[in-house]
Amino acid sequence: MVIARRAGGLAVAAAALLLVFLLSVWVGSKQIPFTAVWSVLWHDDGSSDAAIIHELRIPRAFLAVLVGAALGLAGALMQGVTRNPLADPGLLGVNVGAAAAVALAIAYAGVTSVIGYVWFAFLGAAVVSVLVYLIGSAGRAATPERLVLAGAAVSAALGAVTYAVLLLDPEAFNQFRYWVVGSLAGRREDTLVRVAPFIAAGIVLALLLARPLNALALGDDAGRALGAHAGRTRVLGAVAVTLLCGAATAAAGPIGFVGLAVPHVARMIVGPDQRWVLPYSMVLAPVLLLGADVVGRVVIAPAELQAGVVTAFVGAPVFIALCRRRKLARL
Amino acid sequence: MRIPARVVAVCVALALAAAGVGAVTMTTGDYPVPLLDVLEAVAGRGSPGTDFVVLTLRMPRLLTGVLVGFGLGVSGAIMQRLSGNSLGSPDVIGFTNGSAAGAVVVILLFDGGMYQVAAGAVAGGLGTLALVYGVAFRRTLSGMRLILIGIGLSAMFVALTNYLIARASLDDAVAAQVWLIGSLNGRRWDHVRPLALALAVLLPLVLHYGRKLAMLEMGDDTARALGVPVARTRGILVLAAVALSAVATAAAGPIAFVALAAPQVARRLTRSAGAGLTAAGLTGALLLTAGDLATQRIFAPTPLPVGLATSAIGGVYLAWLLVHEWRRARA
Repeated sequence: MVIARRAGGLAVAAAALLLVFLLSVWVGSKQIPFTAVWSVLWHDDGSSDAAIIHELRIPRAFLAVLVGAALGLAGALMQGVTRNPLADPGLLGVNVGAAAAVALAIAYAGVTSVIGYVWFAFLGAAVVSVLVYLIGSAGRAATPERLVLAGAAVSAALGAVTYAVLLLDPEAFNQFRYWVVGSLAGRREDTLVRVAPFIAAGIVLALLLARPLNALALGDDAGRALGAHAGRTRVLGAVAVTLLCGAATAAAGPIGFVGLAVPHVARMIVGPDQRWVLPYSMVLAPVLLLGADVVGRVVIAPAELQAGVVTAFVGAPVFIALCRRRKLARL
Repeated sequence: MRIPARVVAVCVALALAAAGVGAVTMTTGDYPVPLLDVLEAVAGRGSPGTDFVVLTLRMPRLLTGVLVGFGLGVSGAIMQRLSGNSLGSPDVIGFTNGSAAGAVVVILLFDGGMYQVAAGAVAGGLGTLALVYGVAFRRTLSGMRLILIGIGLSAMFVALTNYLIARASLDDAVAAQVWLIGSLNGRRWDHVRPLALALAVLLPLVLHYGRKLAMLEMGDDTARALGVPVARTRGILVLAAVALSAVATAAAGPIAFVALAAPQVARRLTRSAGAGLTAAGLTGALLLTAGDLATQRIFAPTPLPVGLATSAIGGVYLAWLLVHEWRRARA
């Protein structure tokens, strides 16, 4: 039975995620033996080890799971909505909007902490994606091609403004370049709490769009014949991508590659059915991100390599190996 | 071969506009030089002061801008038509990022000068091409597989670049970032000569094989039936596109948006089905020279990199074109 096999695969992926989660809590620059970790996990005994586990590693791991799930899901959505396998969640300008807002916040509002960036980044992401959507649908409903081009145009213009601001203010650039790499370091529970509701809302909305996206996969007309509403699906898809990717970028900075590559891997495993691609993307992406975060903490310990950097170095070779081997399922 | 009148008209208009921008660039600035004096200097009869400004400073910069813009426009048009995807530009597929990574490695790790940086860029771009083909080649060369593997490699290069910039000293980081945005500052005849040579070799090749692009776009089987040597034509065109992009990047940095936007703008101006290669090249040249003029005059004396203006102008203009086109379609 296909469904049983796919559900089994999803369970395996979820188990892998749990494993990586535990690994992430155990591994770090301070060596804490696993038995101690396990006991502190359930009974917070107020020791410094417990503080590290509960205040640093666990929130960070949870955040990595949320951010990864959001990016993977947003990427799958974006590729489904635009029917373009090269689409990534940043296409609507979400990453660029967040970056522009953060740059302005650093340069003109004097914001210096990661938690301070969060609201600015999310606001910037939301405003820009609305703008892109409006340009993409000027005159009539947005089609995939228009959204793609509108996103590219706005991203280019806004990116130019961002770097103009930063190059005129080297101190701001100095701060910005650490954020723009994409990292989970220093993110604590307050960041997690702020972005979690948006990501949760985005997840719910995205999963509801699975059926309409399936219907629209062969074109708008075929989709309408099957009862899907093309315009409404696209708007809701854009809203979901903004919620997911905007919140993820607000929390961890712009992390590329995950949203683009993971949906392809998901499709290699389960084919083009969005009802499976979306959940698989949602579970596989955090495995990548969390795994990358762990590797980043280990590989040049006690210093840390940012997750945004490691993700590409860990994920890309795996992705490339898969592309060589598997039959590439069409969208 | 019949060329539609509108295409010819648009090409002539673009060339005239570029010439106009060139004239303004040569005559205005910190040392205004009347147009007649410019022509005299070109003819070899100017005064030493005028000669220096016109022949040593302005002309090579203008020529670099024209050639780089033309090369990028043509390169982008080829990649977009071959991949059938408006996102299929050399930037997305990884060659530009490979060039960028090569150059940044030279700038930040080896403290290289202009020539070493250019060599690093070319090595990076062509190395990426070799890597992509080496990894992607199986019994047949599937287009989608090639693109996806290129994207994977591109992500690794971007991560490497971001990491090196985050790790470097502030001055080095700013220098690397400026190079990455693309700049025409300080370009001299030493930059123009290799660029002109490369274009003189590549462009006739491109124009010859480019005539078969329209047939390739109809599908491999149709093209073969029409007598087009599909694999060879596609291979040569991709190689030429990457070489053009690498050479342009070596001269001025990865001015990314030109390769993506110029073909799209050209297509809308000429209202022809595919992005005409010449029109795309001319649009790229105009975009880059106009952008350089803008950056030099508007923010004087701070020398902002031209890539900012190119992205800003190109992005805004593309957005306007999109809105305008769709509103008209509605009416």
